[in-house]
Amino acid sequence: MAAPFDLNNDGVVVIIGSGAGGGTLGNELAQKGVDVVILEAGARHEYDDFVNDEWDSFTQLAWKDKRTTSGDWRVAKDFPNLPAWIVKSVGGSTTHWAGASLRFQEHEFKALSTYGKVEGASLIDWPITLAEMEPYYAKAEAKMGVTGTNDWPRLPGNNNFKVLKAGADKLGYKECHTGNMAINSVDRDDRMSCQQTGFCFQGCKWGAKWSTLYTEIPKGEATGRLEVRPNAMAVKINHDASGKVTGVVYADKGGKLQEQKARIVAVAGNSIESPRLLLNSESAKFPNGLANSSGQVGKNYMRHTTGSVYAIFDKPVHMYRGTTMAGVIRDEARHDPSRGFVGGYEMETLALGLPFMAAFLNPGGWGRSFTTALDHYDHMAGLWIVGEDMPRAENRITLHADEKDEHGMPIAEVHFDDHANDTAMRDHAYKQGQALYAAVGATRTFPTPPYPSTHNLGTNRMSEKAEDGVVNKHGQAHNIKNLFVSDGSQFTTGGAENPTLTIVSLAIRQADYIANQMSEKSI
Amino acid sequence: MVTIYERKPGLSRRELLKRGGASALLVISGSAVISPKHAWGLETSALKPETMATLIQMARDIYPHDQVPDKYYAIAVKAHDEQAGKDPAHKDLIENGIADLDKKAGSGGYRGLGWEEQRVALLKDIETSPFFQAVRGGLVVSLYNQKEVWPIFGYEGESYSKGGYIARGFDDIEWL
Ligand SMILES: Cc1cc2nc3c(=O)[nH]c(=O)nc-3n(C[C@H](O)[C@H](O)[C@H](O)COP(=O)(O)OP(=O)(O)OC[C@H]3O[C@@H](n4cnc5c(N)ncnc54)[C@H](O)[C@@H]3O)c2cc1C
Ligand code: SF4
Repeated sequence: MAAPFDLNNDGVVVIIGSGAGGGTLGNELAQKGVDVVILEAGARHEYDDFVNDEWDSFTQLAWKDKRTTSGDWRVAKDFPNLPAWIVKSVGGSTTHWAGASLRFQEHEFKALSTYGKVEGASLIDWPITLAEMEPYYAKAEAKMGVTGTNDWPRLPGNNNFKVLKAGADKLGYKECHTGNMAINSVDRDDRMSCQQTGFCFQGCKWGAKWSTLYTEIPKGEATGRLEVRPNAMAVKINHDASGKVTGVVYADKGGKLQEQKARIVAVAGNSIESPRLLLNSESAKFPNGLANSSGQVGKNYMRHTTGSVYAIFDKPVHMYRGTTMAGVIRDEARHDPSRGFVGGYEMETLALGLPFMAAFLNPGGWGRSFTTALDHYDHMAGLWIVGEDMPRAENRITLHADEKDEHGMPIAEVHFDDHANDTAMRDHAYKQGQALYAAVGATRTFPTPPYPSTHNLGTNRMSEKAEDGVVNKHGQAHNIKNLFVSDGSQFTTGGAENPTLTIVSLAIRQADYIANQMSEKSI
Repeated sequence: MVTIYERKPGLSRRELLKRGGASALLVISGSAVISPKHAWGLETSALKPETMATLIQMARDIYPHDQVPDKYYAIAVKAHDEQAGKDPAHKDLIENGIADLDKKAGSGGYRGLGWEEQRVALLKDIETSPFFQAVRGGLVVSLYNQKEVWPIFGYEGESYSKGGYIARGFDDIEWL
């Protein structure tokens, strides 16, 4: 039974956002007997409501509230009001996500020590190590049913994977397989196995892919200690004279402002909304926003060094059939500065349907050079590049100076400039990707620019020292004991791996810490 | 919804041919753009039918797919007529944009230029204009998001109701 909590109940933990971080934290706390209210800006769509149609699904699930952009990234030009492709719906971006679930490598928790000082980057080390994270990674993999762990077989390779694998073999890459995917390869957890539908990005209608929407959230609700309140957009976090947070003001479905009292507040709105909310919660005591005594809230925005390579062959591929991202080459994920950049990148299979391919292959492109590519859509294969990008203080989320949303909250402005390291890495990856497909006989290849960001990280980063970041190693605000950050915005650096497994692992770890602190009465 | 209908009532194919000339691809009749060859018509309400016909040609020149019939380009640009009906500024943008193209094209107008290269050269010149951007920007969705065109490109669309591809060729590649 889902528990409805009273607005004046000040014993609850209020979590903002029901995605990878918030949904997981909510369930973990509920399982430990803690009362939780999750405020979720989006509506609740169960998995049979999902649609196998790219634009319709985007309309149903994506975060479409206006944002603005600036900086030298191409997204600012092509999609000036859509810096990120993420979700506003119960389950957050775990409805849209593809399921790729890789652990960080040891050195990626120690970016500054490993890479040394990089000019123009604000690198620091994480305040935690891989060894500390390992038990939590194991718990997250078990929870999410990650293939290739816990004796769960990997998914079978689809056409797009087979092309990738053939190319990887030709180039001599050693570590290429169908990935570690949070997608059932066998029936488990009362959910069926992957039916190779090919609409992972549109929400898995079979429920084969892990999403907090139909795993963590109903499990938490079943304890009677978790309430998920959809259509509840948090606009401000309140605090008392001592600086402790006391409740969250949100706009309900009718746009009416309500306040939910809280013992603890955890922010998990993804890396654009989380800093936006903290910045908007400024007060006489905290004139620069909550948890922002270091001035770091909103800074160090990272989005991974991404890009895609698509290739056309003289024979059919039908890349869109089957799991969207079940295929990875890990050889380039190592740190090897002899390639001309620090950090590394993964190459993962990726297929878009025709409508999204037209929108993203070469945004703004037209004429025969563009259309002859689409003419061979069914002869295309594709891969996605995901690599570590450099944190920069200038890359940041700020509150727009004059534009406000329907609740009167300033909209988010997202500034991003590529660091030279990002560009060098992307160029290397384009070259490798194009060589890979050429080796299998591609007649034409396309180094495709980054899409609006699906991985948004770093804007409330973890740091050992309070002056370097926003939260400590538990995601707890350096200067406010009962305020936590529980999403990807805590990332100190981005690593080369897709972030969600790490977000979930951190949330499990944070739940242990919060429950302990509560029972010790220290918060 | 877009009002594309097969055969315009009251106009026989013979009549259309007579009015438009046998060689014309698209024919203007009253307030409609008609494709005599493929027997469909598109009625305009705010834009001039001549403007609509040019818009259809322009859409094809922006995203040329020789295997895609005009009808789908017509559906793809139809929204400009609807928007022009609601928003005079949009009507001006489109009418003036097309008039400008026709002027640049010389006596026969934009549609009178025989080679795609000639028309594309004109489009290149106005590529950054709000008019071109408005036409191209909407088109990338309105053309490629028509389910009817997907099979032409070999995209199969929705697959859940068919049980996914697990038994329908997700791994059927043979040539590697
Ligand atoms: C198409 C796509 C594919 C992806 N594929 C992968 C992949 O294969 N592997 C991987 O690791 N990652 C992938 N990701 C990224 C992954 O989805 C995110 O990293 C992850 O979901 C982020 O978790 P989060 O908790 O930070 O935020 P989210 O999961 O985005 O959840 C945030 C939630 O907070 C809500 N919210 C925001 N602001 C407020 C507010 N003020 N009040 C109330 N609610 C609010 C939002 O509506 C949203 O539901 C993908 C993402 C996309 C879009
Ligand atoms: S391919 Fe598998 S995981 Fe992806 S949507 Fe289909 S069934 Fe779900």
